[in-house]
Amino acid sequence: MSDKKLMKGNEAIAEAAIEAGCRFYFGYPITPQTEVAAYMAKRMPKIGGVFLQAESELAAVNMVYGVASAGKRAMTSSSSPGISLKSEGISYLAGCDLPALIVNVQRGGPGLGGIQPSQSDYFQATRGGGHGDYHILVLAPASVQEMADFTVKAFDLADKWRVPAMLLSDGTLGQMMEPVSMEHYEAKTFDKPWAVTGTGMAREHNIINSLYLDPQKLEIENFRRYERYERIKAEEAMWEEYLMDDAEICVTAYGISARVARSAVTAARAQGIKAGMIRPQTLWPFPVKPFEDSLEHVRAYIDVEMSMGQMIEDVRLATRCARPVCLSNRVGGMIPSTEQVLAKIKEIAGGLDK
Amino acid sequence: MSIVFEAPKSLIDVPRHYCPGCTHGIIHRLVAEVIDELGIEGRTVGIAPVGCAVVAYDYFRCDMVEAAHGRAPAVATGLKRAMPENIIFSYQGDGDLASIGMAETVHAAARGENITVIFVNNAIYGMTGGQMAPTTLPGQVTQTSPYGRDTATTGFPIRVCELLRELDGAQYLERVSVDCVKNVLQAKKAIKKAFVNQIEGRGFSLVEILSSCPTNWGMTPQDALRWIEEKMIPYYPLGVYKDAAAKEAQ
Amino acid sequence: MAKLTFRTELCKGCGLCVEACPRGLIELSRTQLNKNGHSPAEMTDETRCIGCAFCAIMCPDCVITVER
Repeated sequence: MSDKKLMKGNEAIAEAAIEAGCRFYFGYPITPQTEVAAYMAKRMPKIGGVFLQAESELAAVNMVYGVASAGKRAMTSSSSPGISLKSEGISYLAGCDLPALIVNVQRGGPGLGGIQPSQSDYFQATRGGGHGDYHILVLAPASVQEMADFTVKAFDLADKWRVPAMLLSDGTLGQMMEPVSMEHYEAKTFDKPWAVTGTGMAREHNIINSLYLDPQKLEIENFRRYERYERIKAEEAMWEEYLMDDAEICVTAYGISARVARSAVTAARAQGIKAGMIRPQTLWPFPVKPFEDSLEHVRAYIDVEMSMGQMIEDVRLATRCARPVCLSNRVGGMIPSTEQVLAKIKEIAGGLDK
Repeated sequence: MSIVFEAPKSLIDVPRHYCPGCTHGIIHRLVAEVIDELGIEGRTVGIAPVGCAVVAYDYFRCDMVEAAHGRAPAVATGLKRAMPENIIFSYQGDGDLASIGMAETVHAAARGENITVIFVNNAIYGMTGGQMAPTTLPGQVTQTSPYGRDTATTGFPIRVCELLRELDGAQYLERVSVDCVKNVLQAKKAIKKAFVNQIEGRGFSLVEILSSCPTNWGMTPQDALRWIEEKMIPYYPLGVYKDAAAKEAQ
Repeated sequence: MAKLTFRTELCKGCGLCVEACPRGLIELSRTQLNKNGHSPAEMTDETRCIGCAFCAIMCPDCVITVER
């Protein structure tokens, strides 16, 4: 298609954010996400936007908090260790019901870890990461096109629900190039009567705050937020299924791992094994439904992750531990191979036949 | 007869939670008086810190944001960049601004962010019950320096105005006090200037205000004011530490 | 001649106004407590008040309105 451009994943995120109407980017250099910042540094001044390299991840996320308080779209991006630093601010964003986008181009951990791709921040992303009872929307792209599409989607969902959103990517998707089309986007706008834009002496003051010294009030706020989370779970879960109609072995993976898993499923089918794949596109809310539905015919699940097994817990919960769920993983910056996953599928298929 | 002194309109008329004699109340009033006099309430957004002034959002009538501990200058940066026509001020204590938020403070100043920072220095962490602050004086007894601050092990108090004045981005830095009528009036002048600078787009303005904490200093409110005069001012001399606009005019 | 109005319920009885009055005209009440249990500040001799507002300037709680 003629409207397609060859872009790096990280650059696709940046350009899509601009397409989504984001004019405020605050970041701090860290491999392997720095292209997002570099792209924004080039583009924002040309379109009347703000690019600011903050003094730290803490400062960057709090600058986002400031812009979000003013009711405007803002984002920051980082990689794993930087997201740990941002977690304080993410908790505050969640506690104040502020929409914003945080991009995590994951690398290996823990600690300084490495700079190669990883998926070991799943718990951090889906369980909160910071302190307190909260969730953020977590979208997991598996292609450069989805890096762009999900960036726009994340802004819209964040505004719609007043929940911070995270794009959970990894170093592979960030660095690789693929053709992308961005012509189908429309920059949506949302009313934000809660924003602190100045009273104009025409209304009571707005307050952006997460402090409730009265425990009863804080409890009410938490209950209210979780009622909203229930609606998000019911309405916003996204996933992709591949050859699942009659699958007996379900491979499940997100992001870059899902591309490996898909190849392995195709190869397994060629060998007569009834394999299929469920690829969660939102990690929070986790798509429970396809797993529930699959229980009718799936006899075992294989979870493919570039972590020691994090999403696997959600797969077990979604399947209510009714079937075996096993792990096929690589960590530390290593990427699982099709052969590795195919071997696992064959091993499980062999076991099922006995 | 006409009214010569009353509570400013931009301060909400509710009882404030500060301890008796705590001069946070005076400083709140001065900020509100300046907002009234400049006619900027409708376009002002204030930022409350973590510390004793944490619920300042309930006291100022303008729009308010509560920031994470120390992050107010970063939040202010976001707000100001998003709304350059609005007036953004942060209200921060010594722990917030000079300890956990030192990086945010220094870098907002270095960038010359066009914001106004009200820095309340009372040489102690008030809200948590009186622990040693980055501005606690040598020898000063606090909950976490129970034998008096020992500079051999805890280092020395940080003089924020002196520290920041070396930064090219800092526009206006003044240290004032609210220990007596004369100093309160000077404090108001400084606060006003810090807001006018922002209106005129001059850049980072910070007013450091020596303030009392009778409760955690273990003194009567009157003795606390005398302690500012006798102990704090000698260590933290009052005056203008930087005024780039005045220098330009010369 | 000046008139001082004390919003007694806001007063915390800190006494900073007492010390600020150049004529020593303000004292903390010896007979009443406000609803928060503080002895509120009160004017002892309004006829001698010059309306300098020093008391109000030092009051942390916006208790005092001064007319002149």
